Amino acid sequence: MNRWFKPAQMLHLVVAHFKEVRRQPAVLFWGIIFPMLISLGLGLAFTQQAEVERQVAVVTDSPVREIRAHEAPDKQPRRIGNLLKSHASRLAPSDEGYPRYQLTLKDERMGHTRFVFVETSWPQAMKLIKRGSISLILEKANGGLQYHFDPMNSEAQLTYLKLSKMLSGGEVPDETISSQVAPLTVEGSRYIDFLVPGLISMGIMMSCMWGISYGMIEKRSKKMLRRMVATPMRKSHFLMALMVVRIVMNLIEALLLFLFAVLVFDISIQGSLPALFIIFIAGNIAFGGIAVLTASHTANTEVGNGLINAVVLPMSVLSGIFFSYQNFPDWSLPVIEKLPLTLLADGFRSIFIEGAGFAETAGASIILSGIGVFFFSAGLRVFKWH
Amino acid sequence: MAPVVEVRDVYKSFKAVDAVKGVSLAIEKGQSTALLGPNGAGKTTLVEMIEGIQKPDKGEIRILGKKWQANQDALHRAIGLCLQETRFIDKLTVWETIRLFASFYDLEKSRVSEILEITGLERKRKSYTVNLSGGQRQRLALGLSLINRPQILLLDEPTTGLDPNARREIWSILLDLKEHSQTSLVLTTHYMEEAEQLCDTIMIMDQGRVLDEGSLEALLEDNAAEKVIAFSLELGRGSPEKSDLEGILEGSPFPVQWNHQTNRGSIVLAHFETQLPEFFRFLEQNKLHLKNMECRRKTLDDLFTSMTGRRLNE
Repeated sequence: MNRWFKPAQMLHLVVAHFKEVRRQPAVLFWGIIFPMLISLGLGLAFTQQAEVERQVAVVTDSPVREIRAHEAPDKQPRRIGNLLKSHASRLAPSDEGYPRYQLTLKDERMGHTRFVFVETSWPQAMKLIKRGSISLILEKANGGLQYHFDPMNSEAQLTYLKLSKMLSGGEVPDETISSQVAPLTVEGSRYIDFLVPGLISMGIMMSCMWGISYGMIEKRSKKMLRRMVATPMRKSHFLMALMVVRIVMNLIEALLLFLFAVLVFDISIQGSLPALFIIFIAGNIAFGGIAVLTASHTANTEVGNGLINAVVLPMSVLSGIFFSYQNFPDWSLPVIEKLPLTLLADGFRSIFIEGAGFAETAGASIILSGIGVFFFSAGLRVFKWH
Repeated sequence: MAPVVEVRDVYKSFKAVDAVKGVSLAIEKGQSTALLGPNGAGKTTLVEMIEGIQKPDKGEIRILGKKWQANQDALHRAIGLCLQETRFIDKLTVWETIRLFASFYDLEKSRVSEILEITGLERKRKSYTVNLSGGQRQRLALGLSLINRPQILLLDEPTTGLDPNARREIWSILLDLKEHSQTSLVLTTHYMEEAEQLCDTIMIMDQGRVLDEGSLEALLEDNAAEKVIAFSLELGRGSPEKSDLEGILEGSPFPVQWNHQTNRGSIVLAHFETQLPEFFRFLEQNKLHLKNMECRRKTLDDLFTSMTGRRLNE
């Protein structure tokens, strides 16, 4: 009678929770299809090396005619005219009626660059730069050429470098031959390789936090918990059953997302599969535990919303799911690196793309499990059943 | 034999409210007791303490001679609980819900079928609980509370919010249970009919205290011959102003319970043959005209009103 673990009870709880989840058709969409769509959208957006368009405003005192007529004494301003005349093709004028030209710098390996020149006036050029539709202004001044751009804007700097190189040569090269440049196409170095492990770890966090927390808050507000706790049901079994169902669901969701990414983007796992499985379980335990504590008190779904967001949002932003967290200020990195989601995402990535095994991820797996056990026991201790 | 439920001088207060202020009760085996009182009387808090999810601030509670502390598992097995307007896991069927609860008590499937039969939910066994009507859902709640053949059944407002038909269905299940088992019943309600129908002992509660207790007969016995005269008055046209009414009625030979909202009042008469004419004379002298009048037996509601000045369902 007093055995701590009751397999039959546990089994029935798991089955009941599983049916509850499975019978909500929306689960299928949000848990499975939606992450795939995110990976598809972001993967395509950041992996296709498309033609880059760089918009430049050209400002002269008495603009177009002068340049075209080769009247300018200086060599460079004339070159703009030459270039525009010989290599650029005319585009339809801008909405405000300024003439526009385009010129493409070909580079098969690094991606083509298409310059679009708008001949315009200073005030108009300033307006365009403020709107962000151009990043650089080319001015013919004092017989020379001047480049105006924001030095903090790396895109503008790149436009300047490419443009000044081209203009000082006076010719548009047919194709840039950059023998020193060898583009990295090593497996695991693309953005999608970075993204998929991040999406899987975020999926685990979201699914545990919303699935477990929300399920419990809802049952509490319906007095279902109070009813259940008035029976000899083991409280820990109830919570563990919720977590088991989540782990199974998360496993299915992660596998499907991974398969999708394999089919569409040809990603692969380079490290140890058993180590991956262990850290996956550890991540589920961590977030399952956090979810139990988060939902341990409130019976109000709106308060629950806020609590869950308070946990989920900072980590989604800080833990480097979509973009590396290395760009955050140095002082914040030691904190960010210790967040559960960071631990999980970094662990996944090290196995997925760096070929890591047990040795590299054991630490993270142990810490994540520890976090989970700690939060679970704390949650169970303060848990409000009614 | 020791009572199955024994509550001794129990107090419980929450932040701003003293919910229970010194309640004692003893319930014998097979006895059914109603806690009758309006909302906020402290009935639910008392039941929660008996149920073991609230601890009394002061006083002692013993169930089957045991305290809750250290006897949780055994007591959970002995108690059945049915709450007001229970809702279940939405997308679980009736059968699955009962099966789940059966597993908590290590019971077999056969008990699930018995519960379906007792509650008359056989035809709904495959319905999701979310699709049940209020009455069906409450029958399921009652069924779940019976699954472990409890020695003590705690019913906290089991029929509140149900229509009269659904209420009668719940009553018939409970009456059947009373007839065929030795289960002790503790029922909280603010419906006097429910207390009268189902319980041998009635405790009238208000503001955390027990005002009176006994069988229905005993509670009304002292006043067996008493009749209640309920009346309303014609106001306006030469009769006294509304504002003066209270003062005038205070001069009545029999204490009047007057309700300002409904403009209705009542008096209790022990010998109405002689007392009623006396009351009519009083009305006439004060230029009060009767609009309506009825004479009826005294009820628990009247008893409650005479003790608190309020009505049960307020």
